[in-house]
Amino acid sequence: MDNGPVTVYEHAMMKGYSRRDFIRMCTWLGALMGVEASGVGRIVKAMEVKRRIPVVWFHFQECTCCSESFIRSSHPMVADILLDKISLDYTETLQAAAGYQAEEALHQTMKNNYGEYLMLVEGSVPTAHNGVYCCIGGRSALDIVKEAAAGAKAIVAWGSCASNGCIQSSRPNPTSATPIHKIIKDKTIIKVPGCPPIGEVMAGTIVYLLTFDRLPELDSTGRPKAFYSRRVHDTCYRRPNYDAGLFVESFDDENARKGYCLYKMGCRGPVTYNACAVTKWNDGVSYPIQSGHPCIGCSEAGFWDNGPFYQHLASFPGFGIESTADTVGEVAAAVTAAGIVAHSVVTNIRKNKLHPNARPETEKTNESEGTK
Amino acid sequence: MSQTLVRRIYVWDIPVRVYHWLNFLAITALAVTGFLIGDPPAFQTTGEAYTHYWFGTVRFVHFAAAFIFIFNFIFRIYWGFGGNKYASWRGFIPHSKAQLREILDVLKLDVLQRKGSPLISIGHNALAGLTYFISFLVFLFQAATGLALYSKMSGWFFAKWFAWIVPFMGGDEAVRQWHHVMLWFFVLFAMVHVYLVFYHDYVEGRGVISSMAGGWKFIEDEGRK
Repeated sequence: MDNGPVTVYEHAMMKGYSRRDFIRMCTWLGALMGVEASGVGRIVKAMEVKRRIPVVWFHFQECTCCSESFIRSSHPMVADILLDKISLDYTETLQAAAGYQAEEALHQTMKNNYGEYLMLVEGSVPTAHNGVYCCIGGRSALDIVKEAAAGAKAIVAWGSCASNGCIQSSRPNPTSATPIHKIIKDKTIIKVPGCPPIGEVMAGTIVYLLTFDRLPELDSTGRPKAFYSRRVHDTCYRRPNYDAGLFVESFDDENARKGYCLYKMGCRGPVTYNACAVTKWNDGVSYPIQSGHPCIGCSEAGFWDNGPFYQHLASFPGFGIESTADTVGEVAAAVTAAGIVAHSVVTNIRKNKLHPNARPETEKTNESEGTK
Repeated sequence: MSQTLVRRIYVWDIPVRVYHWLNFLAITALAVTGFLIGDPPAFQTTGEAYTHYWFGTVRFVHFAAAFIFIFNFIFRIYWGFGGNKYASWRGFIPHSKAQLREILDVLKLDVLQRKGSPLISIGHNALAGLTYFISFLVFLFQAATGLALYSKMSGWFFAKWFAWIVPFMGGDEAVRQWHHVMLWFFVLFAMVHVYLVFYHDYVEGRGVISSMAGGWKFIEDEGRK
C-alpha cells in the first residue's frame, strides 16, 4: 500500500544517507542512463519532490533471475531506495504479505492509483488452454496481466521471458508462452530483455520513468536506446582481434589463451544489442566474453532456437541438429553438379538428333529442313 | 536452295554487357568474401592485433562490392525500360501465352531432351528470362537483408531505410542466416548458368558465349517461325 506523499529523497534521509550520498547516486544514475551532465539536476529534483510511484511487479513464467539481478545492482542505494522504498506494493517473491493480504494489496493499489501505477512484468504469459499453466490466487496470468495493464501508467517487460518469451516459448512452446507485447497491444511496452537483464540497466530504466515521467527513447523493437542501441560486438574489448582476423577455434587452443575473438565459437555479439561490454556485470567485474565464453545472445528474440550456441551459423530448420545452411548448400551444389554432368552426357549422345542444323555447315542438306 | 543463311543480330547492347560483367565481378567478390565472413580461417600468429586488419579488409571488400552490385542492379532495372527489346523487362516476366508455351518447350527440349523443333529465341528464351527474374528477386532479397545488417554500422540514410527488416525477420541472427542461405543460390545459379551457355553454344552454334562480349548472335534465317 502507498503510505502518503513521501519522496525518494525523504526516504533516503530517513534511511540515514547524507545528501552527498544522494547526489552521488543521482549523478551515477544519470551517467548510466546516458543523460547529459545538465540532466542530473532534473534527476535530483525529481527524486526530491516527486511522490513515489506505486509499483506492482508481477512474476509469471520465469525463474526470478531478473529480480536476482535487480537486487544486486551495484550501487547500494539503488536496491535500497528503488526496491525497498519505491512503494513496491506487490511482488510475489519479496513481499512479506501472502495469500489474501497480498491480493488485497494488489487490488487496493490498482484501484486507488488507477492510471498512475507502474507495472513491471517478469515472465511470459501462457495462453494455451485458457492460460491454466500459470495461475496466481486462482486467476490465470492472462487475466491478471490484462486487468493490471488497463490502469498502468507504464508497463515494463523485465527480461527475455516478458520481452520475447525466452526458453519456454522456444520450439515447440507447449504452453504457448507469450511475451507481454503480444497480449497488451494498446500500450507501449518497454522491453528490458536479457537472461537476466543487467541490474543497472533495470534500475536505470525505472529511474528514467520516475525522473522524466515519460517513456525513454525506444529502438524499433521497444528496448530503451540508452542500453540497447549498441551491439555487444561493437563495444567488445576483443573487437580488434575480429578486425585483425584473429579467432579462437577451440576453447583449448593457443588463440583462446591469447584472448582472441570468439566469433568462430558461435559468439552472438555481432547480432546482439545489449550493454554487457560497457556496463558489465557484478559491479563491473566481467562479462561473458571477458571470461572466455562467447555471447549467447540472450537479449535477442528467439535466441534459444538460434542454436547451437557454439556454432556460427544456426542449424537449419528441418535438416537435423548439425546441418547448417552450408551443409544444405553443399548437398544442393553436389546434386546440381551431378545433374550438369548427366545432362552433358545425354546431350553428347543425342546431339545430332537434337539439333540437326548444328552439324558442320558443309553437311547441311535438305533433311535439316525436313525435321522442321 | 538448301544452304542455311546465317544472319548476325546485335542483341546485347553495351549497357547490358557492362552490367553483366560488373555483376559477375561484384558477385564473385561478394561470394568469396561472404564465405570468408561466414567461416573465416583462424590463423596462428605471433603479432599483435593492431598490426593486422585482414578480416576488416575482407568485410570492406564485401561492403564495397555490395554497393557496386546494388547500384549496378538499379541501373539494370532502369535499362529494362530504356534499353532495346532484348534488354526489356518483357523478356523477364512471362506475360503472354507464347512465353508460357515457350517455357514448356524449353523444359521439354533442353532440360528433358525430348524431341522437338529447335527453339529460336533471339534474346533470352522465356525460361531463362523467368530464371533471371527469380534471380533478380534474390538480388533484391540479398541487397535488402545485407543493408539491414549493415544499417546498424552505417550512418547513411540509404542503409537506414532497411533497418526495419531486422525486427521484421526476428532479429539479426535470422537475417544473417537467410542472407547466408541465399549465398548458395548464387553458387548454384553460376554453375547452371555457365553450363547452359556452353551447352547452347555447343548444340546450336549461335555464339551465345561471345555474344556477351561483342553483343552479336548468329541466327539461321530459315529457322525463324
